[in-house]
Amino acid sequence: MEHFLDITKDHCPMTFVKVKVKLSKIETGDRLEVLLSEGEPLNNVPRSATEQGYKVLEVTAVEGNVHKVVIEK
Amino acid sequence: MAKKEKLSLVCFSGDFDKALAAFTLATGAAASGREVHMFFTFWGLNILKKDFGRKWIGKALLDRFFNFLMGGRNNLPLSRLNFGGLSPKLMTGMMKANNVATLEELIEAAKELDVKMVACEMAMHILGITKDDLIDEVQDVVGVVTFLNTSRDAQVMFI
Repeated sequence: MEHFLDITKDHCPMTFVKVKVKLSKIETGDRLEVLLSEGEPLNNVPRSATEQGYKVLEVTAVEGNVHKVVIEK
Repeated sequence: MAKKEKLSLVCFSGDFDKALAAFTLATGAAASGREVHMFFTFWGLNILKKDFGRKWIGKALLDRFFNFLMGGRNNLPLSRLNFGGLSPKLMTGMMKANNVATLEELIEAAKELDVKMVACEMAMHILGITKDDLIDEVQDVVGVVTFLNTSRDAQVMFI
């Protein structure tokens, strides 16, 4: 299943918190598409997800400083 | 996978800004996969009181005075420029306006991320506070040795 989360308006630590909480609620094998901003979220959300054993499938620039990250649980 | 990293926070302060710092660290650490323990003692216990306002808690007269004057989560003072309790309310407004999580939201997130919260037995004894006076998320009432044992292989911070 595909899930979606927009954290472009959030700040530390809620950026990580929202991603983590969402990931904990979805099923293994599900994908989560996250929209996030450059800087801290872009640098650390994919890395933190990888460290915790999730698979980061895609990191692409969308527009302006917004990026899309796709994570598989 | 490597052994789970741990963060232990001693939440001594009941200041609004320091409570924010403690819960920011706790939620950030939990969200990035760490096991987080928060040990609340002295003024920090005010953050955990079930009653967010002022309440006469305790049996002895002095306990009751102290607890009433300290109040609960809604009475936490800013460590500087408190202006008689006005500043924490102003700051919460500023945080909302800037899309930054408020203390309430951080505490909710901490619960959701399974951050472990325990209260100091000795401080509770001095202030006449019982476990029933604290929010249900407080898992245990413990002493310093339990805290040290829990924190043996953890990063420890005192706030």
